Amino acid sequence: MNDMRILERKVAANDIKISASNTQVYYGDNHAIKDVSIEIEDKTVTAFIGPSGCGKSTFLRCLNRMNDTIDICRVEGDILLDGEDIYDKRVDPVQLRAKVGMVFQKPNPFPKSIYDNIAYGPRIHGLANSKADLDVIVEKSLRRGAIWDEVKDRLHAPGTGLSGGQQQRLCIARAVATEPEVLLMDEPCSALDPIATAQVEELIDELRVSYSVVIVTHSMQQAARVSQKTAFFHLGNLVEYGDTGQIFTNPKDPRTESYITGRIG
Amino acid sequence: MTDATAQSPEPRKQSSLISSDARTAKRNAAEKRFRAYGLTAILMGLAFLVVLFVSIVRSGMPAFTRTVVDVEFVLTQEQFDASEKELFKTKAYSNLFIAELQDQLTASGLSIDFDAKAIERLLGKVGGTLREHYKANAADLGKPVQFELAASSRVDGYFKGRVSRDTLQDSRFLMLSDLDLVDALEEVGIIKQAFNWTFVTGADSGVDNPGGAGIGASVVGSFFMMIVVLVLSLPIGVAASIYLEEFAPQNRLTDLIEVNISNLAAVPSIVFGILGLAVFIQFMHLPQSAPLVGGLVLTLMTLPTIIISTRASLKSVPPSIRDAALGVGASKMQAVFHHVLPLAMPGILTGTIIGLAQALGETAPLLLIGMVGFVARGYPEGIVAGFTEANSAMPAQIYTWAARADVSFYEKAWGGIIVLLAFLLTMNIIAIILRRRFERRW
Amino acid sequence: MPLLWLTLIVLAIAGAGYVLGRSRALASAGGDSRHLHSLPSYYGANVALKSVVPAIGVMILWLLLQPLYVGSQVSGTIPDSAVAEGSSRSLVMAEVRRTADGLKNAVALGEMTTEFATDPDADLAEVTQSLKDAGQIVTADVTQDILRGAQKYRAMNATGYFVMSGLVILIALAGVFFGLRETQKEFRARNVVEAGLKAILIGAASIAILTTVGIVLSLVFNTLEFFRLYPFMDFFFGTKWAPSFSGRGGASDLGILPLLWGTFYISIVALTVAVPIGLFAAIYLSEYASPRLRAVAKPLLEVLAGIPTIVYGLFALLTVGPLLVKFFGDDGLGWMQSGTAVMTAGLVMGVMLIPFVSSLSDDIINAVPQAMRDGSYGLGATQSETIRQVVLPAALPGIVGAILLAASRAIGETMIVVLGAGAAARLSMNPFDAMTTVTAKIVSQLTGDADFASPEALVAFALGMTLFVLTLGLNVLALYIVRKYREQYE
Repeated sequence: MNDMRILERKVAANDIKISASNTQVYYGDNHAIKDVSIEIEDKTVTAFIGPSGCGKSTFLRCLNRMNDTIDICRVEGDILLDGEDIYDKRVDPVQLRAKVGMVFQKPNPFPKSIYDNIAYGPRIHGLANSKADLDVIVEKSLRRGAIWDEVKDRLHAPGTGLSGGQQQRLCIARAVATEPEVLLMDEPCSALDPIATAQVEELIDELRVSYSVVIVTHSMQQAARVSQKTAFFHLGNLVEYGDTGQIFTNPKDPRTESYITGRIG
Repeated sequence: MTDATAQSPEPRKQSSLISSDARTAKRNAAEKRFRAYGLTAILMGLAFLVVLFVSIVRSGMPAFTRTVVDVEFVLTQEQFDASEKELFKTKAYSNLFIAELQDQLTASGLSIDFDAKAIERLLGKVGGTLREHYKANAADLGKPVQFELAASSRVDGYFKGRVSRDTLQDSRFLMLSDLDLVDALEEVGIIKQAFNWTFVTGADSGVDNPGGAGIGASVVGSFFMMIVVLVLSLPIGVAASIYLEEFAPQNRLTDLIEVNISNLAAVPSIVFGILGLAVFIQFMHLPQSAPLVGGLVLTLMTLPTIIISTRASLKSVPPSIRDAALGVGASKMQAVFHHVLPLAMPGILTGTIIGLAQALGETAPLLLIGMVGFVARGYPEGIVAGFTEANSAMPAQIYTWAARADVSFYEKAWGGIIVLLAFLLTMNIIAIILRRRFERRW
Repeated sequence: MPLLWLTLIVLAIAGAGYVLGRSRALASAGGDSRHLHSLPSYYGANVALKSVVPAIGVMILWLLLQPLYVGSQVSGTIPDSAVAEGSSRSLVMAEVRRTADGLKNAVALGEMTTEFATDPDADLAEVTQSLKDAGQIVTADVTQDILRGAQKYRAMNATGYFVMSGLVILIALAGVFFGLRETQKEFRARNVVEAGLKAILIGAASIAILTTVGIVLSLVFNTLEFFRLYPFMDFFFGTKWAPSFSGRGGASDLGILPLLWGTFYISIVALTVAVPIGLFAAIYLSEYASPRLRAVAKPLLEVLAGIPTIVYGLFALLTVGPLLVKFFGDDGLGWMQSGTAVMTAGLVMGVMLIPFVSSLSDDIINAVPQAMRDGSYGLGATQSETIRQVVLPAALPGIVGAILLAASRAIGETMIVVLGAGAAARLSMNPFDAMTTVTAKIVSQLTGDADFASPEALVAFALGMTLFVLTLGLNVLALYIVRKYREQYE
């Protein structure tokens, strides 16, 4: 079934959103990412797969400079967003992260109300001029996060009181509220049960219309279900990158083949 | 689930990452300000620390020096015999001493008039001191002897800047004209500053003699108190922690004990003083001002600290160690005493030393059990007396000096603080070394 | 020191018991320790424990109860006529005890013969004189009743100690005997010894409860005593604090309100200094500082907490006070009369509290999960926005707890206010006025010459009770909040 869906999927060529070339990442003395070059397309879901510790999450965090918060981490090489080097000295990581939002492995709603969780980003970026504006943004984001119907009656209840799957969709809605151009998701479903996972996956597919989505996952089925492009990482190297259908049906590299057939990883 | 697709993607603000907009600039400025507040707070905290230490050292160091008259003096057998025949014997000695001083001054080309009264104001009863020395050491007769005589506290104050020519008013303690003599003697090198051993080793003096006050006796008092605290609080604290950490069932009694301990750790120390006064002195009639009572009160105060740190170090021993011991057939008690306790020992000792350091500096409870205002005029006689006879303790002695009317005692109080802090520093350094040396990561 | 000797004798008996028990157990197993239920040393320890624990227990109980019994017996022999007007029986008893001690010391010094000290018809003037010669403290001339009382007191105590020594040694020996009798190879010595050890551990753990009980009892009894002598309402709602000196001349005004006001005013000044500095320091240390800076600055700040309060007191009295006077005194703004004032004590106490606030807040801020921060950074928030809008709100309950703990410290602090705040109790708004606090007055009422039965001394216990209840309330509340907060993120 899955294979059928992949083959049917229309793979249109989109603009290049992020282009990384010869990226190296070091944690202290540990060379975590080795010479990775990749071009990520706009309005596409790109999946990063690979065994644990292969560097896929590390590379994802380079794309919005979340690694800046780790003291010993060092990034080399060029990563361009719309042709601008995001590691340029003049770039403010804060501005960058407003454009490149992120959703994390564990749902991490702030200990505030649902409304304030969503309004947090727009408030700090000054996206709303009035309370009414903000109300509009909150509603729109919750709708995009596919959670509006579940929470519209309790917007002022604490966000931590939701179920795991709801919390994760809340976090996605929160990321969407700042109107990013790219959405990074670091194993967004690993802490969720299968039903919640299905809801989030459906949401990801819908988000593709507006955003470039990059998702890290250790579930190959999930990558096959939600992505159009797939990159396989192994031991810090980008082994293979291509259309999802091709990677899962006809991998070129023997390592990729071993991984998707379950022999390594 | 069609909301997202229903809305067409909006036109995006095309903004470059590289050129930062006004809002981001403002936010970054706020960021810088916030950071600066934090740094300022830390710097202020550290500045207070520096000011505190500078003022302690600056005001306390003079306590370790004193002004002495250092003079070589020869007394012949004939002079001794002649003086002993006089009616006012000490006066005769005093006159000989003055003559000697005069000679030395003249030899250096200085001539200044002074009388026996002036010398008495400067040095107290010199004649008596000399006579006692020669009566005790007849062999010194005819030989030159170096005398180091303590100058009066006013003269000391003149050297340390407490007394100046502008503020001095003639009194029976010191006349303005005496300062000329002091200056002359200083020029000749007879009057000078020397290390004040009396302060380090001596006992407290009366309210009228700041120069003779020393902290030595109260150091001994503190020492005996700390022995009581150590001997009681270490075993009791460790036993209580072992029970609570290893054996206690989860029940109401255990909860009660735990809540009790954490609350006791935060009860004001003065309340422990009230407890000591009511229970140990009023009820049990233990001797007032005795290090034994002080030690008991401080033990009760220190116990919660020791229990809390001991439990933390017991907790840090991994359960696998206990399992291993139980697995070879040791009883629970054997597992704890043979394996867990030795592994936790460095942490326990560190906690105990820190608890002792706290107890050493504690003053308020000692006020209530009568260790303040008591003038310890000497060292205790023997070990038992060290525990049961009235004595002072370092912080109590410092408070006593600070509360006295004579400003000269303030210098002693600061000096006492330096001694106290030196002890605390040593204890803390020992604790740190212990921790570094035996720290174990599981 | 007979007690020391007695203890040593008991320990020696127990030591002998250990050796005997051990060898008896071995003998019962035919010299082969493998046939024993427990290791031989446990049989020895069993005997030793059975001898030492009851003996020392009886000794401690006896020592606690004997003074009560002797006191009440002697007190009963003193006729009412001996209790002078304006005095009380407890004062007379104190005199009796003092005389008894004096007699004992005088005999020990050889100033008095034993016969003379125990002679009930001894010449009073002579007794007084020889007590004075022996350097003993005698406040007044010894009366016949007091002398008889003192002699009875000494005699009873001597008998008591004699009987106790005998009893304790007997019990120790009986323990050894009993322990030895049950020693044979099937006896489960280890289990018995371990049960005994456990009982000792429980005993040690309950000392914490005993301490609290001791505190509460000593406060409650004396406070009740105080309220029998002084009206309850006047104490809690009186706005005037003016104890009469020496407890004799005239009535005292003992209203707590001026003291509470001073306490709170000083605490508020202290917290105004400590909370912003401590909190910002904690934020900087946990969020911004490099590991190097943190490793240096955190311990240095904590040094402020390790400095004894007497040092801060002296610092307030001799450094900060004069400095403030220079700026706000008559030569400057003219707001300040003398160096000791609310401001002096408050500022110095604030410095002392900085590390309390900063260490606790640091822990609490660190307990906020990193995921929370990541979420905020991921949305493009700056670090300060993250701290102010995400981390601090999340840490708020814990920080409130930390501030409450600091407040409880401030209220209970003694030395800084004794030295730095002044002695005058007044209700004033001027922070440059000298005021006094509950703790400072506890000290001054209990270190003066007033006798313990007078309201002027007993009021200190009522003050202590108030202080205890206040700080206990704050601590319980703070610990509860902090514990709840910790659980949230565990």
